[in-house]
Amino acid sequence: MNKKKIVIACGTGIATSTVVADKIENLCKREGIDALITQCKVSELDAYIHGADLIVTTTVLGKKSDVPVINGLPFITGIGEEEVLKQIAEELKK
Amino acid sequence: MQQTTLINADIIMLNLENVDKTKVLTVMANRLIDKGYVKESYLPAVLNREEEYPTGLPTNGVGVAIPHADTKHVLKPGIAVATLKDPVKFNVMGNPEQEIDVKLLFMLAIKEPEVQVNILKKLVSIFQAKELLIKLISINCEKELVDILNSLLNKDDED
Repeated sequence: MNKKKIVIACGTGIATSTVVADKIENLCKREGIDALITQCKVSELDAYIHGADLIVTTTVLGKKSDVPVINGLPFITGIGEEEVLKQIAEELKK
Repeated sequence: MQQTTLINADIIMLNLENVDKTKVLTVMANRLIDKGYVKESYLPAVLNREEEYPTGLPTNGVGVAIPHADTKHVLKPGIAVATLKDPVKFNVMGNPEQEIDVKLLFMLAIKEPEVQVNILKKLVSIFQAKELLIKLISINCEKELVDILNSLLNKDDED
């Protein structure tokens, strides 16, 4: 399987994206997915999106994207976290 | 590993009354400024950020908000905590059309997220514990809240 590029975006690129990136990194280790995870502010997304396989965001992107987008808020509230982990794993195994 | 204590009694505000969203954000940011955690530019930054990318979390039990601003406004890391006597409406992170009632706020002054990732993770695990959130908003003593939060945030990981 090719290395997967995942971009994690939040409002400031420091708080929620840090937590989400950590949880997705653990998921990828567990599932044996070779992934490159980068974190950014949503306003800087254009600079990071090239070649990305998946965007996970805790905020609103504000525009359409060709790359699949998954809402990462369940990682913060804990509500629906298992489901979103499954959804991410499935997307990355496509 | 020795972790810096991020929650200190000088930046805890309990049972704030007669506040709206802007007021509570202003009171908390001004406290962080007065106590030397952040620059004066943190206040407008945190207000703008909340408008653009709201930080209300639809958590179970007690609504939480985690206002914060860019690292460049931060002088030393800290987390200001406020509990509210009456809930204040915040817009939900990632879904700004939705509003939630917030009674517990953590205003984050984060300087090096990669260093503070473990603390951020533990903070997030607090948001996910309904009974704990209910307990936290009932506390009326700054020191008690500081002790509970720091013991939760600084406890060693199993891994």
